[in-house]
Parts: sequence; structure tokens; C-alpha cells
Amino acid sequence: MRVWTLLKVYSFLVYTFMFAPIAVVLLLAFNNSQFGGFPIEGFSLRWFVKLYENEAIIRAFRTSMSLGVLTALISTTIGVLASLALVRYQFRGKDFITTFLISPVLVPETVLAVGVLIFLRWLSMPRSFLLLLVGHSIIALPFVVLVVQARLVGIKREYEEAARSLGANPVQTFFQITLPLLMPAVFAGALFAFTISFDNITATIFWRPAGMETVPTQIFGMLRNSISPEINALGFVMIVITVGVPVMAGGLARYFSRKKT
Amino acid sequence: MARVDLKNIKKSYGAVQAVKQADVTFEEGSFTTLLGPSGCGKTTLLRMISGLETPTSGDILVGGKRVNDVPIHKRNLGLVFQNYALFPHRTIGENIAFGLKYRGVSKSDTATKVTEALDIVRLPGVEDRYPTQLSGGQQQRIALARAIVIEPDVLLLDEPLSALDANLREDMRVELKAIQHRIGVTSIFVTHDQSEALAMSDKIIVMSAGRVEQVGAPEEVYNNPASEFVASFLGASNILEAKVISKDAKNIVLDAPHFGKIPVPLAQAQRMGDAPSGKLVIRAEKLRLADKPGDTNTVSANGVVEAVDYQGQIARYFVRVGDIQLQALNMIESRPFAIGAEVSVVLKTADCALLPAGA
Repeated sequence: MRVWTLLKVYSFLVYTFMFAPIAVVLLLAFNNSQFGGFPIEGFSLRWFVKLYENEAIIRAFRTSMSLGVLTALISTTIGVLASLALVRYQFRGKDFITTFLISPVLVPETVLAVGVLIFLRWLSMPRSFLLLLVGHSIIALPFVVLVVQARLVGIKREYEEAARSLGANPVQTFFQITLPLLMPAVFAGALFAFTISFDNITATIFWRPAGMETVPTQIFGMLRNSISPEINALGFVMIVITVGVPVMAGGLARYFSRKKT
Repeated sequence: MARVDLKNIKKSYGAVQAVKQADVTFEEGSFTTLLGPSGCGKTTLLRMISGLETPTSGDILVGGKRVNDVPIHKRNLGLVFQNYALFPHRTIGENIAFGLKYRGVSKSDTATKVTEALDIVRLPGVEDRYPTQLSGGQQQRIALARAIVIEPDVLLLDEPLSALDANLREDMRVELKAIQHRIGVTSIFVTHDQSEALAMSDKIIVMSAGRVEQVGAPEEVYNNPASEFVASFLGASNILEAKVISKDAKNIVLDAPHFGKIPVPLAQAQRMGDAPSGKLVIRAEKLRLADKPGDTNTVSANGVVEAVDYQGQIARYFVRVGDIQLQALNMIESRPFAIGAEVSVVLKTADCALLPAGA
């Protein structure tokens, strides 16, 4: 019994250590005080208003959103097609390509970031939003491939074969049968990609063109001056987006699948 | 509806020869079964006809036309799988209508055809349900409806009954055969279950290790097996090695261990030729156990019952006759023979089939 009690206390402490900072950010976002610290002086939404009025932050937010959405689109499209090829077809060099697609997860991000920069220098290309987008897509791709592949293995080939035998050509079969059955994984993969892009900072610092900020680099920049309570509000918004979107999506998916059966 | 011809078909995967050689014809409107153990190439053959696999060499003809290069979605074939393969995200109605969409059938015609197809498989009114809401047997009927609603030239069935439980399987095979008979579609049925093959087929093609072993009507394949493999795969058979001692206009006379002289009618020994020795095949249910020696038209040997597998109205006996063990499947008249009982093992020469030693 004593062991269990100890274990419980220990677990509680570990979780507290992990989640307390997040809770602090969430709480302080609503603090009325001029300085980001305890004690809380009163409930206020003024930092959110200030955030909204801060043009630099709004610009960074827009950049992050479009970067995230485009990254999700690109890496999901490529990831689905790559998974289809890897799971459904036999060809030479398949193992190599699998490893190659997954490798961005294995390579330290700093190394990847520097490598891409050196490559760009060699091509004498300037840093741009496009580069940032391609880079984020490369980082997000392995997650999409892993999620989609896992689901695709579970979709029996017979569904596709049945559709083909009934007269659907390969493209029709993909859109009528494979894609709808794959949708939960595609959706999950896209969300992963979005979140990974949305809070990526390491590679972004290396790749962003001069003058362009994403939300994480903006926060990082603001922190260098002072810890403004605005940052807590921004942190709150980021947490809501990166936690809220997947949770909401999961809930929606469950709701729709329940309606069907 | 169309006949299907396979001409000199071969299929290898790398070094593995899945189909070594197949030359067979599936007659128009007939129900033909590809029968064999797993890995014998029967499913590969079916998949090549459907277009899911490409033969390494040889021609596939549907209705007299070579279809090797026609992709599957243009072959107009109905395909039924072991695990039903109904689209889980579509309703039953949408599942059945799937193939009609690609055939330019109007909306109102589609609805009528779907209703008709559901009537044929005796499941009216389930259009709006999803596949998971139906039982296995019902799902397989829907899969059948989906395959026949497109009026295919050929219906291909890949072990469609194997996933069902025993009782349902027997009902479904009667029904499947009845539906096939009614719509008259050329059907090719793959199974490893000999009783399904015997019960349903117009013609059975027995396969083993990538080769066709025998082609014939169920009775022919059963009573006159072309090889030891066919004899043992279709039901339990006893094989007696025997030497030919003489031959006349009516019989080949054999000398078999323990049974002595056995005159086998020539009709039962067509494959024998002039071979000096052969294998006498006698089915377990044709081998009768008796208390005393039988009449003069029969051949018998003395044996001892070693094991009894009691099955209600019948019993399977394992009988020791000298150095060989024989199987006999007999109706039980009053009570079964006990283990250790001394019996006379009786066979009628007209029930035997004689094969040359190598077959």
C-alpha cells in the first residue's frame, strides 16, 4: 500500500511540474497587472485587446496561419500519395524511399536547417516564404506518412479490387473508395502537419526571410526585451489553437462516425 | 454471359511458379469449380481471369476475345470475395448501385435494378442500412447482388462461403446455385472444400501445385479420380498397391496384399494401360465391414478395428489389415463395431478405381 501512495504522490508531482507552467501562462493571460507576475490583481481581457491591436503580432499570426494551412495541404497531399505507393505497390528501392521520407524526424532539426541553407547558398537562392513552406512541409511529411500508412495497411485491398471489378478506373476507385476510407488518417495527418508548422521555431529561425516573423519567432523576439503580459495572452491563443483544433476535430469525427452506424 | 478459355496459362512470381500450366474452358452458362488445397494456384487463376493479375504467358479469352490487355474495370466481370468487401462507408443501396454508375444507367432504372437484385438475393428493403448492420450471410448476399446487378459476362466467386458458419454455409450453397441457375451467368467458383465443389458444380477442375490434375463432372471426378491426389483430396480414400497378374477382355486381375486376387472391370481401369503394377483406389464409404465373409462377388480380407470415430448415423473405422491401415465409413445398423473387433473388410470391384503406379 505504501508503495502505491508513494507512486501516486510522485506521479502527481511529475504532472504538476509538467503542467504548472502552462497553467501559469493561462492564468496570467487574464491578469490585470502591468507586470507579468503574481499576485493576480484582477480579471481583465486587456492583454488580448492589446494583442489584437499589435500589428506585428497580427502579421506574425497571419503568416503562421497561412504557413500552417499550406504546410498541411502540401505535406498531406504528398504524404497520401507516397503512402499509397509504398503500401499498394512493389518497386525497387522501396525501403530506401521509406527511410528517406521518414528521415527528417531522425535528423536533428538544426542540422536539417543548416543543410538546407547551405544548399540554398550553393544554388544562390534567397530565403523566402516559399522556402519556409517547403521546409515545414519536409518536417511535417514523416508524421503524415506514418499516420496515413498505418491506416492504409488496415484498409483491405479487396475494397479497391471490388470497385475496379464494378467498373471504376483507378482514379475513380481512389476518390470513391480509398480516400473516404482513409479520411480519418488524412485528417489526423493534416492536423499534425498544421500543429508542427504552427509551433516550429528552430528551423523557422534559420529559414525565414528578413523581416518575416511567425508567432513563435515573434514571441521569441518579444522575450528578448521584456516579459510582457501580452506574451501570456499570445501563449493562451496558441494553446487554444494547438490543443483545441485537434480535440475539436476528434470530437467531430467521432460525432459523424456515430451518426453512420 | 460468355465462355471463358484459358490457353496455356502460366504465372510465376519471381522464382515461384504459382500456375505451371493451365488449359481449361469454362462453358457458357455453366458453374465450374476450381478445387484444390491452399497454394495450388486456384485463386491466382481466378485473379488472372478477373484482371487483378497478369499471366506470365498464355491467353485468356472471354467470349472468344483475348482480354489479357483489357484492364479489370473494362472486363465486365462480377467478383465476390471471401470477406464480402462491401464498401463500409456506403449504404447497401449505394453498394449495389456502385457498378451501375459506370454503366450510364439512369437514376430511376438504378433504383429498380437495386430492388430487383435485393429480391433475387431475398433481402428486400435493406437499401438504407450500412454493411456492418447486417450479418455475415446477409453481407455475402449483398456482395452477390452487387456483382450480378451489372449483368456481368462472368461471375467470379473466390471462396465466398468460407467465412460463414457451417449451417449457413450449406443453406447458402443451395441458394447460390439456385440463383446462378436462374440468371444463367457463367460462374467460376474457387474453393478448397470438396463437398461445396461436389454439391454445386457442373464441372470441377481439381488443381494441385500449380497444375490441373483433373477436369470432369462431380461424379466423374469423385468415382474415377485421375490421380492419387484427386482420390485423396475428394473424400477419404484407401490406396492399395497391387501387381497386375493377368488381363482379359473384361477385367484386369490384380494381386493385392491381404485381399488376394482382385478382378477389376476394365471400365474402372481406363488410365491403367499396360502398366505392370498399379494403385487400387477404394473410397472409405465403399469399404464395408462385416462379421463374416461376404458373398462371392466381393473381395475381402480379415482385419481388426483399431479406432472408431462415432458420428451418429455413421461411423468412421480405422481397421488394421496386416501391415496396412484402412478407413471405412459405414452406416451404423444396430450398433457400431467396437475397438478390437475382428471383422471382414469387404469391397466390391465395381467400386474401385485402378490407377497406374506413378499417378
